[in-house]
Formats: sequence, structure tokens, C-alpha cells
Amino acid sequence: MRITKARYRAIFDDPRTLGVVLIAPAMLAILAIVLLPLLSSLWLSLQQRDLPRPQNDAFIWFKNYWDLLHDPRYLNSLNATFRFSLVSTILELVLGVAIALVLNQKFFGRGFVRGLMILPWAMPSIVNAAMWKWIYNADYGALNALLTQLHLIDNYRIWLAEPVTATVLVILANVWKETPFTIILVLAALQTIPDDLYEASRVDGATEWYSFLKITLPMILPVLMIAGMLQFIWGFQTFELIYVITGGGPFSTTELTTLRIYAMTFRSLRFGYGAAMAYLTSLVILIPAVAYIRSAYKRVVEI
Amino acid sequence: MPRKIKKILLYVAVICIVIWTSVPYLWLIVSSLSLKIDLLTVPLRWIPSHLTLENYYSLFFDRGSESVNVRLFIQSLGNSAIIAVTTMVICLYLGVLAAYAIARLRFKGSNLMVLVMMAVQLVPPIILVVPLYVIMRQLKLIDKHIGLIMVDISIVLPLVIWLMRGYFASIPSELEDAARIDGCTHLGALFRIILPLSSPGLVSVIIFAFIASWNEYLYAFIFTNVDAKTLPVLIGEFSTKLGLEYLKITAAGVLASLPPVLLALIFQRFIIRGLTAGAVK
Repeated sequence: MRITKARYRAIFDDPRTLGVVLIAPAMLAILAIVLLPLLSSLWLSLQQRDLPRPQNDAFIWFKNYWDLLHDPRYLNSLNATFRFSLVSTILELVLGVAIALVLNQKFFGRGFVRGLMILPWAMPSIVNAAMWKWIYNADYGALNALLTQLHLIDNYRIWLAEPVTATVLVILANVWKETPFTIILVLAALQTIPDDLYEASRVDGATEWYSFLKITLPMILPVLMIAGMLQFIWGFQTFELIYVITGGGPFSTTELTTLRIYAMTFRSLRFGYGAAMAYLTSLVILIPAVAYIRSAYKRVVEI
Repeated sequence: MPRKIKKILLYVAVICIVIWTSVPYLWLIVSSLSLKIDLLTVPLRWIPSHLTLENYYSLFFDRGSESVNVRLFIQSLGNSAIIAVTTMVICLYLGVLAAYAIARLRFKGSNLMVLVMMAVQLVPPIILVVPLYVIMRQLKLIDKHIGLIMVDISIVLPLVIWLMRGYFASIPSELEDAARIDGCTHLGALFRIILPLSSPGLVSVIIFAFIASWNEYLYAFIFTNVDAKTLPVLIGEFSTKLGLEYLKITAAGVLASLPPVLLALIFQRFIIRGLTAGAVK
């Protein structure tokens, strides 16, 4: 039977068919590369699958998870990850709002300065890591040089060998790269606030701090929530920054779960245990993830 | 507060912001252009006595003892370009069609697709690394360009669909209705009306997709060893090994960061629109 143009249209121009046809390739790709591995990982996490000892391979239900809850090194990494993500997120939000408020004022060269904010965002995270590692270098690093020349320290220090400073410095490197995302979002939100609102509160004799609390903050709050949730989730995914700068040290203080999972799977070759670790860790970010998806989904479906 | 003091405070704040954002990167660039002797002296000279391209030359040109490093560097630079561009093209093609379907066509399960697309963006890559490694090893795709492109799609495709959907949704549907009355099919309307109108969106999606796969580290780190190794992985190797020359790393770092940084600075309007599209409405 010849397919006429009209017939073609009746079948393929029907949104119900066309929609499925158009989305199918992308969906199949995502099914194969994300959803299938996701399920296979869950299955793997219920097994003992140690590459060096294949004779012990077995389905062991939740034993991997149970062992994880009693694995001090894993619990330590979970704690480190939580601390790293939470502190980073808070700093990124506070700094992000402060910088966005400044960049929202009128000043000479505003366009240039706003454009500059994209720089850290665009940099490859591995270059960010290498850059800060070079700055923190104990013998030739700019940090030691700067602090000595300002007479804040007398002798060069090995910053990354001390637990507290190492933790602070990797967070600093992370905050430098991630804050611009918040700045850009907040700046865009600030521009949607109508000027008359501030005008009115000025007429009423409100202080600037009061108008910030009563006008600005409520107006940018939805955006802050989104930025905060995403930054927290991304903090949990940080890998190369730590891998390069501290390698998880000193004494595992900066060892994030991603490094633990990597070591467990690709060094110790315990695939089942590694998979369970990845799943258990992801439970922590499930709450912000669900909250983010809910709010984003509502906005999309309402349109 | 008097106006003048406020103005001064504002400029002080702006200068602090500019320093905070640019100085670490400027230091990377200055280091990469310096002679070793200038950087290894104590107290450190902030402005080098000579600017030199020596560190860059040594990445590209064989100096006898370093032929392996030179070959590795050039190869990984090429790999990064091939993998980023191919991933971008594939994701653009699949993503535009899928985004149009989600944004414009009501079909069974279209809302579910939106949900899946959003959820997928938040799946931590580290969960996928383990099973993907098992699968890719069975398919003999480890250390192959095509293998890395496939896994990179999982990062870039949801991003492309998500951004394009936003652009398509912002184009008034009356335009499409008019085209349809004139006898255009949905696909005809997509290619003749909607896509040309969303060319700013396309530009930003192209840049986002390129940057995301050019910068990608974890998958490249796990799934490539030699032949398909990308520039970020090589830089990671350089900087985790002790005793390697710092200045070479800084030069390689500057080179690796130039494509995304320049693209982002040149097309900053598109990037800012893209970043805020999902969050601010």
C-alpha cells in the first residue's frame, strides 16, 4: 500500500505518536546508560563480589549495608562529606548573596565584573584542583609567600598536613569554584524585584537592613533554596578536588565517600561493597534531591 | 550614611570581589609564563623577571628525554576535543527532538518523561561508575573513545533536554499554530519556525554541552587508560604524581581551561540565561 502524504500525516503528525517517536531515542539512551546501571548497581550492592576472591561470590542480602554501618572508615568519610558539603553550601549561599547584592548596585565597569563571575564556573574542576594545590604548595606556594610577606606567619607551613587547615582549604577551593553559580542565580532573581517595593519601604522610613529582611530575602528565597539544594547535592559528588589536593589526607580527615567508593571498587576490587557504599551515601542526598525535583517539576508542569 | 562614603565602600567591595575571583586564576597564568627560578625563590617574586613560553613549548615539543610526555599530551588534547565535540553533536540531535516532544506535544507519559529527565540529572555519577565499569568491560569499551562518549551522554543529554525544553516553552505557541494552519507538520514547524527562533537557546546549549563534556573528569578517569585518555585525566595524573614539574602542570591547566573559559566569557549572556532558566521564573 502506498503511503500518501495525508496518511503519513495522520499517523506521524499525531502528537501522541510523534511525541513518543521523538523522545524514544533519548529515552533509550538514558535507560541504557543511567536507569539500567542504577538497577544493576542496586543488585550488585546485595552481593559479595570481590574480584580477587571469585570463589566467595554470593548473594548476601543486606549484609554489605549492615557492615557499612559498622565500618569506621566509611562512617568517617560520611561525616567528612557531610561537613564538607554543608559548610561549602552555607558559605556559597552567604557569599553568593553578598556578592550578588554588591553587583546589583550601579558602578563603573559593572558588566565586566558580572561577566568575570563566570570564570570559576567555566573552569574544569581538575584545573581548579591543580591550581589550588599549587597555591597551597608548602615550599613554593603563593599562600605561604603571601602570608609570610604580610607577616601573618613566620615560617612556611605545610598546610595540607594539618587536619583543620586541610579541611578549611579544600572547602575554600570548592567555594571559589561553586559560588558563581549562586551569584548568577541570585543576581537574576534580584533583577526581578520591582523598584517600587524598595521605594515604598523607604517612604515608610525603613532602614536598608529592614528592607533586605522584609523585601529582598523573601523574594530571593525560592532561588536560594534551589541553589542550596543543588550545591549540597553537588558537594556529595565532589571527587577530583579532594583526590588531587589532599588525596583524602591527612589521617583521612578530608576523605570523602566518593574517594572511599573509588578505593573500595577500583583498588580493593570489592564491587559489591563499593556499590552498597554508593547507594547508602546517596540516601543522604535523597531528601534535598526529592525536594528539588518536586519544586522544579511543579514549575514545568504548571506552564 | 553620607553618599560619598557609601560610594567608596561600594568600590572597595567591588575591588575585593574582582581580586577574589580573578587572582587565583591570574596566578596560574603568571606561573605558567614564568621561569622556574622566579617561582622557587624565597621571598617569592610576584611579578616574574622574564615572561617565557618555555613551559608551553615543553608540552608540545620533544626535548629528547620527554618524548613520551609530549606524545601523551598531544594525544589527550586531541581526545578531549574529539570526545567533547562528538558528545555535544549527538546530545544536541537527540536532545532537541526530545525537548520538543516534552515542551510541545502532549502524549501518554510526557509528564513522566519530564520527571525522569530531572531525576536523572541528580543521579550521582559515582553510583553509575561501578555497574558501568562492569558493563563496559564486558563490551570491551574501556579505553575507547566511543565508550567514554556513551557514558558522557548520560551527563550531557539530560542537561540539553532540560535547557532546550525551557527555550521551546518560551516561544509563543501561536506561531506554531499559524504554521500548522498553513499546512506545516509538527516536525516542519520545529525546523522552520521554532528552531530558528530559539537560536540563542541553541547557542547556549551547544556551549553548555561542550563545557560539560570537555571538563568531565570522573568517567574519563575511570574508563580510559591510555588511548582515549582526556586532558583532565592527564592533568590529574601530572598533579598527583610527586616530583613532576609544577610549571608544566600550570601550563597544561591554562590550556585545558582556555576553551571553556573563553567560550563562557564570550557568550556570557547565553550562559547566564541558561543557568537561570531552570531556577528563576
